[in-house]
Amino acid sequence: MEKADQRRRFVRIAVSALIVAGSLYLLQRLLMPKYVDGIVEGAFVAEYYREEKDHDVIFIGDCEVYENFSPVKLWQEYGINSYIRGSAEQYIWQSYYLLEDTLRYETPDVVVFNIQSLQFNESQNEAYNRMSIEGMKWSPSKVGAIFASMKENEHFLDYVFPILRYHSRWSELAPTDLEYLFKTKPVTHNGYYMRVDVRPVESETQGRILGDYSFGDKAWEYLDRMDALCREKGVELLLIKAPSLYPYWYPEWEEQVEAYAEAHDRRYINFLEIQDETGIDYNTDTYDAGLHMNLSGAEKLAVWLGRYLQTEFGLADRRGEAALDAAWKGKIAAYDAEIEAQYKLYGMERKDA
Amino acid sequence: MDELLHILNELHPDIDFTTREHLIDDIILDSFDIVTLIAEIGEEFDVTITADKIVPANFNSAKALYALIQELQDEA
Amino acid sequence: MLFTSYGFLGFAAVLLLLYYLLPKRHQWKLLLAASLVFYLLGGAWAIVYILATAVSVWYAALRIQANAAQQSAYLQAHKDTLDREGKKAYRAQQKRIRRRWLTGCLLLDLGILAVVKYTDFAIANVNAVLGLFSKGPLPLLHILLPLGISFYTFQAVGYLIDVYRGSQPAERSLPRFLLFVSFFPLVIQGPISRFGQLSETLYAGHPYDGGTVARGLQRMLWGYFKKLVVADRIVSAVTVILGDVNAYHGAYALVGMVFYTVQLYADFTGGIDITIGLSEALGVTVQENFIRPYFSKSLKEYWRRWHISMCSWFRDYVFYPVSSSKAMQRFARFSRSRFGEAVGRRLPVYVSSFVVWFATGIWHGASWNFIVWGLLNWAILMISEELEPLYARFHAKHPGAGGLGWRLFAVGRTFLLICCLNLFDCFANIGDTLFMLGSVLTARNWGILWNGALLELGLTGVDYAVLAGAVALMLTVSLLGRRGSVRAQIAKRPYAVRFIVWYGLFLLVLLMGAYGIGYDASQFIYNRF
Repeated sequence: MEKADQRRRFVRIAVSALIVAGSLYLLQRLLMPKYVDGIVEGAFVAEYYREEKDHDVIFIGDCEVYENFSPVKLWQEYGINSYIRGSAEQYIWQSYYLLEDTLRYETPDVVVFNIQSLQFNESQNEAYNRMSIEGMKWSPSKVGAIFASMKENEHFLDYVFPILRYHSRWSELAPTDLEYLFKTKPVTHNGYYMRVDVRPVESETQGRILGDYSFGDKAWEYLDRMDALCREKGVELLLIKAPSLYPYWYPEWEEQVEAYAEAHDRRYINFLEIQDETGIDYNTDTYDAGLHMNLSGAEKLAVWLGRYLQTEFGLADRRGEAALDAAWKGKIAAYDAEIEAQYKLYGMERKDA
Repeated sequence: MDELLHILNELHPDIDFTTREHLIDDIILDSFDIVTLIAEIGEEFDVTITADKIVPANFNSAKALYALIQELQDEA
Repeated sequence: MLFTSYGFLGFAAVLLLLYYLLPKRHQWKLLLAASLVFYLLGGAWAIVYILATAVSVWYAALRIQANAAQQSAYLQAHKDTLDREGKKAYRAQQKRIRRRWLTGCLLLDLGILAVVKYTDFAIANVNAVLGLFSKGPLPLLHILLPLGISFYTFQAVGYLIDVYRGSQPAERSLPRFLLFVSFFPLVIQGPISRFGQLSETLYAGHPYDGGTVARGLQRMLWGYFKKLVVADRIVSAVTVILGDVNAYHGAYALVGMVFYTVQLYADFTGGIDITIGLSEALGVTVQENFIRPYFSKSLKEYWRRWHISMCSWFRDYVFYPVSSSKAMQRFARFSRSRFGEAVGRRLPVYVSSFVVWFATGIWHGASWNFIVWGLLNWAILMISEELEPLYARFHAKHPGAGGLGWRLFAVGRTFLLICCLNLFDCFANIGDTLFMLGSVLTARNWGILWNGALLELGLTGVDYAVLAGAVALMLTVSLLGRRGSVRAQIAKRPYAVRFIVWYGLFLLVLLMGAYGIGYDASQFIYNRF
């Protein structure tokens, strides 16, 4: 009798625990933003894990990489297999931990890092923290990224249990939250976020005068760590500044980066200074008046950079590898389909068609 | 005892103080009543009920209250 | 550490775990350690104040008790040699010594409270007077208020007076006494507990009992519901309305008053639920502080049901001593001979309660608006006391009045009265309060109640829906509570029902609580008192 009672009790507790855990898990999935339409930037980081991880080049950085270089073009022109690990306003510590995370899966030949985020010495915005970090799989790197990123009013626990962060989203749920409860759809092309529309640069930019132009200690620390990690893994680190006109890139900043590259024996390319070579035309190659490249700009930069990577780092042309060819065939089809769709969306004529 | 009942009845004519045993707990006597009582009793019996004697046990029934008065009279 | 922080939840969880793993005789020591850690986390310097109060009261109480023991021993030893007068003289002499310990200690500890809490208030008033003579203002000191000083000082002082009166044996052990003063669930906002009541369960060993812990956690959960779903949500509208007297008056003032009164209830009773619930989970019984206060039919009844521990403290340690003091008895005799039986009898009561309400007001905050608040309470209580015979006559004439309709009317009237009085909490400037109250009477902007203006106060339609549902739930629980403990009523139900109720409540707090990014965890309203 007593034994039966005990068993009943045990079953009751077990069933209750299962219901609690299961329903909380479902609720959490339901309440978390899906990033499948509108703001899709939050979905970028997670997409990487679904890839075959055998890349020659990994881009790391913020919107100045994920909107400015087309990995498809790099493949089509040079047979370079590349991937962009970037997210919106990705701070340099997040870039470092994302690199650390990536190197757990694969060792590329070259890592390209865009140094624009050196200007921030602290996370500026909780929403960007979320979008950069949440997609990461759990690892010491993710924990490091969280602790390096948290603002004063954030809690580690809110990252472990995102339901605590998104608990009040129940009043804003949309059909997509149900549709993408257990699945997702790709929103990038190997990390590249495509825009085909055009908005020319209208006026010349001038930077507001700053009190202090030197980058912060924390920013430098993570660049050092990135440099050291690449050395340890035998990966080339290529520093770049993408040709975005905003936010304004100060000469004082340029000097510091040049000095750093020199001191650490790293190559540094400032795309703002080689407009002639890349052929970037600010009347046709940007979709938001100079902040980001559109498809045309991103392909031009890919063409230039691919040649550079091949000549300077001797990257091999991997076209012909059966597995890669097959994978890229699908990717190119998706790429072309989106170009088609976007041209239709923006009511544009396709020039090369 | 009769004088005490007289004082109590003047406060609350509708209550039968000879039988009620929970005057405080049933909120028949509130703090205002108690202070009034103390003054009246002081006048009538010539005793001083100090604050430390104001506990529910001493005020819950007329009987208890009367016992308190007698005790104070003995002490004086 | 706020009750609504992860830190507090983690602290409580670790404490509960360790507490029931420890041998029972060490449990209270863990509570002491936890309380001191809790206090240190609130600001290391503040521990000096609480230690000073605890040690002084502990020592004075021991001296008072020792003296009382010495007195009985002496009288016993000399009971044959001393005559009545001699005994009386000896008693009086010893009592003077005890009194000296009492007053010395009270001066010290109430002095500390007065200095940290009222110095700036005093300086500001002095400056106002100096201003009349165009003299420069003295600088304010801006002393930081140590955590819970108003609460623990009152607890310690109440104990000392009880020992002095001989109704409470003194605690010999300093650590044990320190635990009574610093017991962390109480330290933020009370209830102001009595040593006799709290010590019964505070030091005893408590074996683990799943039912007790579960009941405690259930009570905490309900507290979090009130606090997070209601108080921390409605606070945004309260802040907007009461933050700008020029923009929000008239109908807004009424809305603000009612919202603030709801917030105050949810915040304060919710916080006390968390306090009592956590204590219950630890096996410690803490006295209740509220009995459905907003169901009161008069202000007098309200003050028996709201913040009970504070009211009974003022009653026992201020009202009774003042009203039974020799001076007051003399005044009673005087007023009787002067103003006749009817008035003379009531005058001393009114004077004594004036003292109490003045003290209650200034205890709530060091500013004039709180004093006015206290005295208004006093005035209303006295007026309704005077009108008592009138009510009695009315009820005698209309025996029908007293039915449900009448009772609802009385409850609604009392609630509105409380709303009005609460408005004095909100503005440091009494003129603003009076303006707001007056503006309700002359309001022409009643349209805001339905034209969507209420959606501009930082609350969305969804927020209002959640608030309406949550208030309805609080009301239902209060109504059920009249038939005894709601938790006990739920506990009688089958397991599935219990599971749905408690897990459902947890989900409500989790999903509808106003916490996290976007919500500024507003401090418990009673923290600052």
